Amino acid sequence: MAMDMTRRFDTQVQLLKYKVLKEVARLAFNDELGENLLDIPKTIIPGTTPTTRCCVYKERAIIGERVKMAMGGDHKNPNVVEVLPIACDECPVGGYEVTDACRGCIAHRCEHACKRGAIYFDHHQKAHIDKSKCIECGMCAQNCPYSAIHNFKRPCENACKVHAISMNEDKSARIDNSKCTSCGACVYQCPFGAITDKSFILNVIDILKRSDNGRNYKSYAIVAPSISSQFSYATLGQVVSGLKKLGFHNVVEAALGADMVALDETRELMERGFLTSSCCPAFVTFVNKFYPELSKFVSSNPSPMVAIAKYIKSNDPGAKVVFIGPCTAKKMEFQLPKAHPYVDSVLTFEELQALFDSRDFDLCTLGDDVLDNASYYGRIFARSGGLSDAITEAVKELGAEGFEFKPEVCDGIDACKMALLKKSKNIPMGNFIEGMACDGGCIGGAGCLTHGAKNKAEVDKYGRLAYEKKITEAVSMLK
Amino acid sequence: MRVTVCIGSSCHLKGSRQVVQRLQSLIAENKLQDKVELAGTFCMGNCQHGVNVNIDEKNYSVSPETVDQFFKDNILSAVK
Repeated sequence: MAMDMTRRFDTQVQLLKYKVLKEVARLAFNDELGENLLDIPKTIIPGTTPTTRCCVYKERAIIGERVKMAMGGDHKNPNVVEVLPIACDECPVGGYEVTDACRGCIAHRCEHACKRGAIYFDHHQKAHIDKSKCIECGMCAQNCPYSAIHNFKRPCENACKVHAISMNEDKSARIDNSKCTSCGACVYQCPFGAITDKSFILNVIDILKRSDNGRNYKSYAIVAPSISSQFSYATLGQVVSGLKKLGFHNVVEAALGADMVALDETRELMERGFLTSSCCPAFVTFVNKFYPELSKFVSSNPSPMVAIAKYIKSNDPGAKVVFIGPCTAKKMEFQLPKAHPYVDSVLTFEELQALFDSRDFDLCTLGDDVLDNASYYGRIFARSGGLSDAITEAVKELGAEGFEFKPEVCDGIDACKMALLKKSKNIPMGNFIEGMACDGGCIGGAGCLTHGAKNKAEVDKYGRLAYEKKITEAVSMLK
Repeated sequence: MRVTVCIGSSCHLKGSRQVVQRLQSLIAENKLQDKVELAGTFCMGNCQHGVNVNIDEKNYSVSPETVDQFFKDNILSAVK
């Protein structure tokens, strides 16, 4: 398509990843991937003039690595997030350094703020940091009136709030799988696209092709409610039409699974007295890896994705189910024993865009199909605070007004960490931790096409459009 | 007897929840719980004629207004 694709993504890194996914998907749909695999780098990086790296040969070598990720990545590495070492620019990792903005003032606030005596001055009164003494606390930077002290930290390490990223001896980034939650924050933040999520796009194409438009089995697309803030150049109805045109028999809202979860989680909370949410796979992984003693408080409910997939398969046992959302961690979750029997594959919105374009679908020319299964409350799970709003409503709908619901709404992994720390130290707090690893909730997910300030409002608007106004009514027909 | 009601988006907007709820209460009133199994499915590929209801491979077009008559003609008469 000739239209300007750059506007559909936040960054050029996403665009590059998309081009590779689109090409891989196009060849796979035509059964031509095998014989053309090695030509993809040259198709994407033609000519002799480099645009992103030192030479076109390095650019093509990196594209080769991206092709591998588009085809599922390193099967020996269980993590769905991987580093592409040759793409890593080995960014500076100097930590706190005094920049040229230092005016050589006479106050020396930096020196007084440093408890380690690491600040010294040259004969122009300009400050320097003795790295053998510095502990990277940042107090000097906070106190400099000219903001002349800067923390040169790698964007990937900065993005990773669970400190799973460090540096190899060759200075390329390394992910510690024992800490990583597969949230994808580093994938979105790395300015060189050197950390990326494995794609299951080939599995999805295989599922669609073998289904033969429903003749062999039906394939269902479960879409996350955050889709309401995505594909903004088309209508949601056109996206649904596009999914059906790809070969999905039907499109179902994950938000209906969220309605189911909201009711069951409310019942479980009233019974047990304290609970954390279980819908965000990165949050659940975080609890299990960093606060294993609190794992017993994680709700036993399946995630909305699993809840609705389970329902679909209970009525259509031969069905294949593909979850489509903003989330890289869902790619990890669907492989877990509790999800695997129900969810056959996972795509991100980025990958869905590539899939549409690999078939040359112009969504804007398609008719408006409908998508309406869930209630307002199921739909607002896509943003931070939505799950807690849904439980507040569920308490009312279940007629349990006597129950006092006190949620700790944790927006982003740092907030989750604080709440879990409080709980682990038995510091008085609410009776429910809503844990969302991404800032803003799922709308902040790494697999979104775009991230914007209006996304929350879009989700709420989509919620209000739901035919069902109550959670109990949305789920009543599932019994 | 297995009665499957389409609960896909299109039928949902045409009232499949009301159809399901009415069928549930009619089945209960007539004490047919052990004879009639109610199930849901997402889309029967016949959206123009929703709400689609399927009984033993046969498709019926039902609405919240016609559900009582449908129950009488196709469920009650078949199981009694």
